[in-house]
Amino acid sequence: MSFGDWISAPINWVFLVVGILVLLSSVKVVTAKNVVHAALFLVAALGGTAFLFLMLSAEFVAWALVLIYIGAVLVLFLFGIMITRAPTGRDVGLDSPNKLWPAALSGATFLLLAWASVDAFGSTEIADVGEATSTEVLGLALLGRFVIPFEVVSFVLLAALIGGITIARRDLSPLEEEQRGAV
Amino acid sequence: MLLNQFLILAAAMFSLGVYGLLVRRNIVLILLSVELMLAAVNINLVAFEAVLRTPEAIGQVFTVFVITVAAAEVGIGLAIVLMIFRNRKSANVDELDLMRW
Repeated sequence: MSFGDWISAPINWVFLVVGILVLLSSVKVVTAKNVVHAALFLVAALGGTAFLFLMLSAEFVAWALVLIYIGAVLVLFLFGIMITRAPTGRDVGLDSPNKLWPAALSGATFLLLAWASVDAFGSTEIADVGEATSTEVLGLALLGRFVIPFEVVSFVLLAALIGGITIARRDLSPLEEEQRGAV
Repeated sequence: MLLNQFLILAAAMFSLGVYGLLVRRNIVLILLSVELMLAAVNINLVAFEAVLRTPEAIGQVFTVFVITVAAAEVGIGLAIVLMIFRNRKSANVDELDLMRW
């Protein structure tokens, strides 16, 4: 498939626009000088990712991503930023001063992954994206073949819930314990 | 659509996450970079599913698992960050040298 063929399909234009949006906001997530801005650019990157999922006919996963990440996880992040009083203004001390090696390493990672995928899947096409994967199929798979991983994941969530409460709660000193008991 | 366009976009997102992980000093920002890497993995899973079209949509099932584990990771991670901040009055990783000898 030549580049002319590729660019003449309208869906690839959509992909280009969304992909560039995702990439630019990902760059801003890791370079923004303002912590809150970094979190909000992550919203843009994940929203673009959800749009890509819709293009790939994964409707349920796309909306789950929007609900869980943008609805819950980002709120958690904003609370984390607020509570730890991470410097919300411009701050030069947010990044490590040594940026050369990380940039080289991430560039090498990208080149390796891109080379591997071009080498392995050079001209594999996503033929038919018409029919969206129905939630019924996903639900039957989750409670059928994948029921044990599903239970394990729910146990992980329970453990995370209890662990989060246990770690984050403030232990009272013996004196405070006594006062509280008196009241 | 080619499969590669999604794979290369995911690779770029993943390596940006690696960069952020290594460069950032604030723990909350490091967790944000990890989220970026997990989202890249999810793009890969969904793209392969769109090519393979397994009858049980295995790629999407695993994406659901990855999203769940990521949510648990953020919850625990931020609780730990909260605790560290309470004890050390700082959320910068290079000031947390308690376990270094």
